[in-house]
Amino acid sequence: MKVLIPSALLSYTGQRYVQAHGRSLLAVIDDLERQYSGIRFRIIDEQNGMRPHVRFFVNGEQVFDLGRRLQPADEVAIVQALSGG
Amino acid sequence: MATGKNKPNAARNTVSARGKRAHRAVTILVGTRKGAWLYHADAARGDWRSDGPHFLGHIINHVVLDPRDGKTILAAAKTGHLGPTLFRSVDGGRSWKEAAQPPAFAPTARGQAGRVVDHTFWLTPVHSNQADVWYAGTSPQGLFRSQDGGVSWTPFSCINDDAQYRRWMGSAQDGTPDGPKLHSILIDPRDPDHLYFAMSGGGVHESVDGGRSFTPLLDGLDVVEGFDAAQPTFHDPHCVRLCPSNPDRLYQQNHCGIYRLDRPARQWHRIGQRMPKRTGDIGFPMVVHPRDADLAWVFPMDGTQVWPRTSPAGQPAVYATRNGGQTWQRYDSGLPQRQAWWTVKRQAMSADALEPVGLYFGTTSGELWMSADEGRTWRCIAQHLPEIYSVETGVLA
Repeated sequence: MKVLIPSALLSYTGQRYVQAHGRSLLAVIDDLERQYSGIRFRIIDEQNGMRPHVRFFVNGEQVFDLGRRLQPADEVAIVQALSGG
Repeated sequence: MATGKNKPNAARNTVSARGKRAHRAVTILVGTRKGAWLYHADAARGDWRSDGPHFLGHIINHVVLDPRDGKTILAAAKTGHLGPTLFRSVDGGRSWKEAAQPPAFAPTARGQAGRVVDHTFWLTPVHSNQADVWYAGTSPQGLFRSQDGGVSWTPFSCINDDAQYRRWMGSAQDGTPDGPKLHSILIDPRDPDHLYFAMSGGGVHESVDGGRSFTPLLDGLDVVEGFDAAQPTFHDPHCVRLCPSNPDRLYQQNHCGIYRLDRPARQWHRIGQRMPKRTGDIGFPMVVHPRDADLAWVFPMDGTQVWPRTSPAGQPAVYATRNGGQTWQRYDSGLPQRQAWWTVKRQAMSADALEPVGLYFGTTSGELWMSADEGRTWRCIAQHLPEIYSVETGVLA
């Protein structure tokens, strides 16, 4: 599925949109880590929690559950929270 | 993995007409709230060549050059939005690669609250006979070790999960305004199994068995009035230094004064009581001479009332003792004489190993100052940097 990458993580992917696969949001993030080593820990902590200023959207809807089930046609967006002023 | 892609941020600003090879005697490594800079000079330390920013926009808490090879540099990084990481260079800062496994607490079982590393705060390379071993201290307080030059890190020792140590660490409300810190990881140069660390808050601790166990080392240290000095959680060591020329001697700038400890004794002595009363003995950094254990420097700050943490009376000065804390001399030649309300963080002051020793400090207002005569006279070598978090020195191979 298509994943939108925030500018702060372009040093990992080199492109704004990438393809990743998985049946859940966490599985997609794990696939991103497989492709772009190091990216997972910048957005998910060691206790599998979302980082405080990173947000995830699926088809435009904000998602707080990393176990959220996904379909291949879904679009995932990883964004920096608007918390920086 | 983020790699040398960070390099485009690193613009070289040559402030000297001299060639690069002439600037190998000393390098200052500066970590700031918005990136890292390196400054290179020859032994005269008159002209400095700046190299940076590296990692523009990253919060860099510590940048350390490995003295064992003169090439490896580790930088502890995070951004305002992303989680923490470490960058590593093996060519003196020309290129960088992200650590494969940055410091992280052990995952806990589902349903249990586990700790999360907010940022790596402190980096310490170990012995020359332990190539590639480093220690890291984090916020919240955790101790980590790498055995491969900083590529991968694992929790070290029992303290991260020990119930008693967790109580002593306290909560985020017991730490600094920027989070509780584990810092001042010190290795006895005679014995790598003998090490110390400090926690703000949580006190100073010692291991003589390679980190398998630690014990508090708090006798003689004051705590804030009304609290129990027997409880490590009430102790706030700001910066602890071990003298390279006499590893049995430790100095400490504490929340409650300046101290010296001569091992094997366990009693700290408050040498800051000999400081001028109007200046006091509160501050954050402390620096020791590389070859003279009687010589140390501090940068006093205002610890009265609401703790402004600025130079007392707006008149910055370095104070030096040349006799282990019996007497202190004020050094402010070259520094502003009034209306300079500087703050210097605990990691933002250091010394080189040249003769005479050079001293360096960075302010939270983004100025980098140096003295080529052991503190007697000072000059500014960089302005307009972001808030300076750390200043270290080294010699590039």
